[in-house]
Amino acid sequence: MKKTLILTTALIGLAVGASAQELTVMSWGGAYGKSQVEAYHKPFTEETGIKVISVDADNPATPIKAQVEAGNVTVDVADVEYADGVRLCDEGLLEEIDPSILPDGSDGTPAMDDFLPGAVTDCLVTSIVFSTIYAYDSTAFPDNPPSTIADFFDLETYPGKRGLRKGAKANLEMALMADGVAPEEVYGMLETDEGVDRAFAKLDEIKDQVVWWEAGAQPPQLLADGEVAMTTAYNGRIFNAAVGEDQPFVTVFDGQIYEYDGYVIPKGAPNLDLALQFIAFATETEQLAEQAKWISYGPARKSSGPLVGLYQDGKTEMGPHMPTAEDNLKKALASDFEFWADRDTELNERFNAWLAG
Amino acid sequence: MALPSYASPLEKIWHYLYLVICALIFLFLIAPILIVVPLSFNAEPYFTFTEKMLSLDPTGYSMRWYDLLLTFGMENPEAPRDASWWADAWANAAWINAAKNSVIIGFFATILATFLGTLAALGLSRPEMPFRRTIMAILISPMIVPLIITATGLFFFYSSTGLANTYIGIIMAHATLGIPFVIITVTATLVGFDHSLTRAAASLGADPTTTFFKITMPLILPGVISGALFAFVTSFDEVVVVLFVAAHDQQTIPRQMWNGIREQISPAILSVATILVVISIALLTTVELLRRRSEKLRGVSPG
Amino acid sequence: MTDAVAAAAPTTRATDGRLTTADGKPLKAALARAQARNKRRAFFLVVPLLLFVVVTFLVPIGQMLSMSVNNSAFYSWKDRDTGDTIPLMVDLRGWFNENEPGTEPDEAAYAALAAGLAHARDIKAIGQIGTRINYEVSGTRSLFTGTSRKAERMEPPYKEAILDADEEWADPEIWAAMRSASKAFTLDFYLAALDRTRDADGNIVKVDEERAVYILLFQRTFVLSALITLMTLILGFPIAHLLATLPLRHSNLLMILVLLPFWTSLLVRTTSWIVLLQSQGVVNDLWVASGLIDDGNRLQMIYNRTGTIIAMTHILLPFMVLPLYSVMRPIDPSYVRAARSLGATSWTAFRRVYLPQTVPGIGAGGLLVFILAVGYYITPALVGGSSGQLISNLIAFHMQKSLNWSLAAALASLLLGAVLLLYWLYDRLVGIDNLKLG
Repeated sequence: MKKTLILTTALIGLAVGASAQELTVMSWGGAYGKSQVEAYHKPFTEETGIKVISVDADNPATPIKAQVEAGNVTVDVADVEYADGVRLCDEGLLEEIDPSILPDGSDGTPAMDDFLPGAVTDCLVTSIVFSTIYAYDSTAFPDNPPSTIADFFDLETYPGKRGLRKGAKANLEMALMADGVAPEEVYGMLETDEGVDRAFAKLDEIKDQVVWWEAGAQPPQLLADGEVAMTTAYNGRIFNAAVGEDQPFVTVFDGQIYEYDGYVIPKGAPNLDLALQFIAFATETEQLAEQAKWISYGPARKSSGPLVGLYQDGKTEMGPHMPTAEDNLKKALASDFEFWADRDTELNERFNAWLAG
Repeated sequence: MALPSYASPLEKIWHYLYLVICALIFLFLIAPILIVVPLSFNAEPYFTFTEKMLSLDPTGYSMRWYDLLLTFGMENPEAPRDASWWADAWANAAWINAAKNSVIIGFFATILATFLGTLAALGLSRPEMPFRRTIMAILISPMIVPLIITATGLFFFYSSTGLANTYIGIIMAHATLGIPFVIITVTATLVGFDHSLTRAAASLGADPTTTFFKITMPLILPGVISGALFAFVTSFDEVVVVLFVAAHDQQTIPRQMWNGIREQISPAILSVATILVVISIALLTTVELLRRRSEKLRGVSPG
Repeated sequence: MTDAVAAAAPTTRATDGRLTTADGKPLKAALARAQARNKRRAFFLVVPLLLFVVVTFLVPIGQMLSMSVNNSAFYSWKDRDTGDTIPLMVDLRGWFNENEPGTEPDEAAYAALAAGLAHARDIKAIGQIGTRINYEVSGTRSLFTGTSRKAERMEPPYKEAILDADEEWADPEIWAAMRSASKAFTLDFYLAALDRTRDADGNIVKVDEERAVYILLFQRTFVLSALITLMTLILGFPIAHLLATLPLRHSNLLMILVLLPFWTSLLVRTTSWIVLLQSQGVVNDLWVASGLIDDGNRLQMIYNRTGTIIAMTHILLPFMVLPLYSVMRPIDPSYVRAARSLGATSWTAFRRVYLPQTVPGIGAGGLLVFILAVGYYITPALVGGSSGQLISNLIAFHMQKSLNWSLAAALASLLLGAVLLLYWLYDRLVGIDNLKLG
């Protein structure tokens, strides 16, 4: 009798344990993942009591696509690049998000006016503006530091290994800009075969010297280990290593490619209602501003702008480190989501054949 | 391997050269495994010997990476180390959770593999076994087929049957991978098994169950235990299948290492590696002792 | 136990001269029955495991094989909200059935295409269709997604409207690819896995040089595996010989050095090599310190082919040493001594007398190492950079990144075929029973 009692209690305990509300959020890990945990996950748990499980991926768009297509979805919310969000939405792999769940800005601006233009789509709510830049170790080039995107491809003046993301996106655009193509002409050129050939020809020049990275946390590590002299990276990761960890890294915004990034819900997410609740919460004015305290990515709401102040160290002004700061936009390219939504598959295929050959 | 007395000077030189070459090859085999041990006590976040380490300065060494294994992933790592700190570590530390998962999966996979494998080995070593060769080839094949193929197949199969992202799915997969080892070790102990022993037991009035537990079992036990250890190590070290069929929060030690190596290889990985090396030395010793015991029991000369 | 009794029961000679058991049954029949029973009993011991392996191993692999010849992305769509399966491109498939391959697409074909595109756009299946055709003809995914945006507003004549949207639709290769993709059984993915494709007339041709990659990777996998096998043989032979000729007390101790790597986690060993070989690692430091190279010219020994070869040679070396050792141990040293006493030099004695006796060990070890090497994934992924990747890494890439599962399955099946062939060879030459672990 006593035994059964214990067993029943244990079973009830298990059942309660299992039904406690949890939400699984997939993101990019590292410094960016940490900024989300601090600015979104922890406050969300505090307010609702719902535990948020953070899961990391190199690029969450691929695992969630795999999960939906295979029919075993475990992720409730995923953080993806804008172009991927549009593409997956077109393919019916994402839940649609009703924009009316998004609260108005803290200054009273209606939500749809508060978000940056185009930031809210059928399936995606943008949280940040991030940028792909390149960075170098200042101790490697003390005399004549690189300053333009062309310098990244110049092995003679700036010898040393280069880090590049293993994928077509951003690399092709940077190669063309380094080859002298003006930012506004880049995508027009990439629509043509000659343009793509030209980009690969430029990449060929440094191919032998490239160390390829996949996860966003890798580039600062490659620089710190001395495995590369320069590497492309997401600007926030370099900022965190340089300012947060005092590494001698310098970011070059010349030829940067900036893009939206936001939350989506994979089709068939186990906790759809919680996921919607989480997204509405995380993209509120205060939370977006709070995130900018942890990493140098621009918030997607205009009303968050004035609330962004100092980095968590209490002394670094965030403004100049944002990809959208005026100084940083002199030679910058807005990533074309339609281009990548349509051509991602094709160009990556070409990229992989090029890489293996 | 003594040099014969008629060896010419050239042969003598060759002989010593040969010994040197062998020593170098042994160094190649063992040095990479042992090198991680001192490096895991590095006080600096580097993967090479610092000058302080080389001059054996105690300040060049520290336990900080081992400490990181406990604190990484904790909610409140800075708190004073009292009972609640340890409770926090037990519940939240990433490596501890990975270790828990690895042990749970390894334990059940081992039980399953050992039970089924031993049973099958008993059948396979009977001379009357039909289709012996074919069946043996099928049962050993999980060891031969590249893991990526097994993992790919399991991904499709588990996705369509709802076993993906479950512990049961991983345990079954790991048991399959461990089975060849159990079969090989147990059949090896059954080779030269004297069947007149069981017949003697039977003729003395023991029923088959008694015969099995009193005669067969003690004789094959060393092989069964070795097989079980092999199966456990296989599961404990397996990462490809886990990467393909496990949920993202089902971390195991090798998976955590895989992530660590790919993203941010810190000396914390080396401290895990050191712990794993110690474990493998312990397991190897156990298996060696078992092998000798088994040979003594069966009266086979060592070798 | 009953078998033993049956077999050992006293026999009597019946009147007709046949041997029978005590209860009068013919001995032959009793014996056969006892043997059948033994057979069944042995088999029943194996059945549970066999069933288990069928479910957790053979069925999944079978499912993977079927995935490689069957891809329904072009003609059926699963609605993830309702779970219903919706047919796609119905009219166009009808047109394909009525017309021979190679028929010039007419207005009816274009009308069917326009309707199919609009429908697919409507239910969000267009990405799936575009991706499927893109597997056959590179650069066509955007053609489908782009044209489908306009398809709903198109009016007859459809041929003009579609060609107006994008003139690439006139390309007969696209039509051939759509025809091929509308069949349930397809070998397209095997063609793709061998760098082949179909041209407009359905002939099998090579793909563009700049997209050909799989044959190259298969070749690289086999060449690197052969090289690694050779390296393990070169390194394994001397120490196996040493172990086999030393007195057991010593060789058992040295054997530990071979077995310890065997028991150590693969990831630990791979980590160790990263630590040793990276440019700020121990080996480069040693060379800089000894003055062999200067600090600026540290050698790149990892994240490339060299890294893969070194690490895999180390990891697979025990699989070579153990079979060699078990063949060398029983070789009688008196043969070599006899050769020497008959006047052979030590080299001749080794080459003509000792070496031939070790061939079974070389064969067993070599095959085993080669089989294991061709399927390696973890080590090349971590230390191989881009030039040290093997075919397994490409399978993983298509499984996890590009999500072209049918192609991944086709590549995996080809690799599986190669491995099974080698496994069969191993079984014929060595025998699986002789597989030893320490």
